[in-house]
Amino acid sequence: MNLRPDPTFHASAKLAMEAPVENFAFTVMLSPDGKQSDGIAVVDLRPGSKTYGEIVHKVIVPNKGDEFHHFGWNACSSSLSPLSGHAFLERRYLIVPGIRSSRIYVIDVKEPLKAKIHKTIEPEELFSKTGYSRPHTIHCGPEGIYVSCLGGGGPDGTDGPPGIFIMDCETFEIIGRYEMDRGKQDKHYDFWWNLPQDYMVSSEWGLPPQFENGIVPEDLLSNKYGHSIHFWDLRARKNIQTMDFGDNYQMALEIRPAHDPTKSYGFCGVVVDTTNLQGAIFTWWRDDDGVWQSKKTITIDPVPADADDLPELLKGFGAVPPLVTDIDLSLDDKYLYVACWGLGEMHQYDVSDPMNPVLAGKVELGGIVKDTKHPNGKDFAFGPQMVEISRDGKRVYWTNSLYSTWDDQFYPNDEGGQMVMADVGENGGLTLNKDFYIDFPKGLRAHQIRLEGGDCSTDSFCYPSV
Amino acid sequence: MVSELTSVAALWWAVIFSGLYHGINPGMGWPLAVSAALMERNHKALPKALVMLAVGHFLAMVGILLPFSLMIVLVERETEIRIGAGLLVIAMGVYLVINRKHPKFLARVHPARLALWSFLAAMAHGAGLMLVPIYLGICAVGADETGHLAAQALMGNNVITAFSVAAIHTLAMTVGGGVIAVTIYFWLGLKFISRTWFNLDLVWALSLILVGAFGIYSAYFGH
Repeated sequence: MNLRPDPTFHASAKLAMEAPVENFAFTVMLSPDGKQSDGIAVVDLRPGSKTYGEIVHKVIVPNKGDEFHHFGWNACSSSLSPLSGHAFLERRYLIVPGIRSSRIYVIDVKEPLKAKIHKTIEPEELFSKTGYSRPHTIHCGPEGIYVSCLGGGGPDGTDGPPGIFIMDCETFEIIGRYEMDRGKQDKHYDFWWNLPQDYMVSSEWGLPPQFENGIVPEDLLSNKYGHSIHFWDLRARKNIQTMDFGDNYQMALEIRPAHDPTKSYGFCGVVVDTTNLQGAIFTWWRDDDGVWQSKKTITIDPVPADADDLPELLKGFGAVPPLVTDIDLSLDDKYLYVACWGLGEMHQYDVSDPMNPVLAGKVELGGIVKDTKHPNGKDFAFGPQMVEISRDGKRVYWTNSLYSTWDDQFYPNDEGGQMVMADVGENGGLTLNKDFYIDFPKGLRAHQIRLEGGDCSTDSFCYPSV
Repeated sequence: MVSELTSVAALWWAVIFSGLYHGINPGMGWPLAVSAALMERNHKALPKALVMLAVGHFLAMVGILLPFSLMIVLVERETEIRIGAGLLVIAMGVYLVINRKHPKFLARVHPARLALWSFLAAMAHGAGLMLVPIYLGICAVGADETGHLAAQALMGNNVITAFSVAAIHTLAMTVGGGVIAVTIYFWLGLKFISRTWFNLDLVWALSLILVGAFGIYSAYFGH
């Protein structure tokens, strides 16, 4: 407990943008075959530091086979609402779940160069207290730490629906399930919210048998992955509306609400439209009658390719799908970054008008067919994937691995973990930074990035940007 | 006579001071008034939110004080009641010193229901209890002054005093919080929300113990 609010808590997104820049990044390192332990890499981002752009510390966990994926903070700017009553929490701990083992590590990063494991929650505790498995997205909010899970109970995670559970934000004890009325929600992936407006939005990937051992082509072609998002009364813990994008919009993943809480809209990325292999972004909003609506506002076309250049999985299609696997929105709600993991492209859209996004910048790197090299001449394995934007919106970082078994299917000949950075131009535009290129230790891949002091996919703000 | 008047005046000042103390603490809700005005893009939402917060706080104060106002009709038991009340306030303070976790059920309240939230927040932190020893002190002085009134009249006086104490305390709280909210909304900006926030949890708990001890002391030696 602090005597003053943590200096990294900001009342509004605008104040967060004006705050000092990030000094460190924390990036997931995962062993795709479970031969090594997973860990968190601490990357030096201090301007002028001799070790700038290098991994300066690693927290390696004692177990193997956890498969780290997403992670998040114990506390963020959401603490600055008197309603939640935890203004004096410290942004100090990273909650890091193993998506394969269901084990959760709480890592103390108060001193980034000496970051260490603070607590471990064994899978059995998660199973017995929640009936959920395969923990994934972390957000800190009014009732503590919320964690979405991709699996229900039982060995294959299909015994009962998956959902969100709540953890105590001070002791990290698992409190129990979040949902009181889940409505039609039977799959899970991401979630986020608007705290003053008291709504939450959640999304769907698929059930564990649909992803753990790789993508199941029959399930994809018969549209069995998730294609709905769910709107919740956040504090009443009740699903108030399920919105189906349509069967063909397979895998509705990242939910990115506008950061300014006066706005009632946001975005959701869809990996693939099975009718035409396009990637798609939907804009969702609440209309004047309080009903949630959505509209497809961005489509990204597949690129025809020679079957010889395609992995087994895609040979029959004769094209590379964009595979929109991550999106991220800058804190001023101006630019939406869209990772096209299959094409090997990072797109930047100006979403000042959320109903009419305009492509403002693009970087090519990696990709199934193009396999574009980094400007420094080095290879980039796989394609641009987990993307994170600096608070001031000037730097965009990303890594390259999607998920161990899926990497192997879409990129059977690639291996390696990389993290790169692109600079954002004054009026948009995106340029890869030639000098920022991190090659991860051999045998480890890279996934989500978190920035010290908060970033564009962690903090929830309780006051408007004025 | 003079010393008694000073003592009553001092007690009323304590009511006002405790109101200001509650009011300027962001945890008691004034940032919500700033947020309401910004969310609705209308500065009129600010006083409206302050009023809702005040209503909740006032009800919490009355809810705690009224039972005591009914109890002290038992004039012959006055000292015991005042000592009991003092012990209760001390116990709440000790509990808050030991249990430093914040009450989490408050987070379940819908953000638009400010009066309910304010009521529950005041209850959870023992804000009403802090007034009890002061209030009982005022009643005791009043009873001495008016001599031996009929029980009913005495009770009537005490109920009026309870409402007055709650009202003046709440008014002071609203003025305290309101001045900060208005200053931040119109002049200083949101940056000052986090700057005005100090962790008063321990100070708060110790204040409860202090006020409880004062209640017991005055029951023995004062009025």
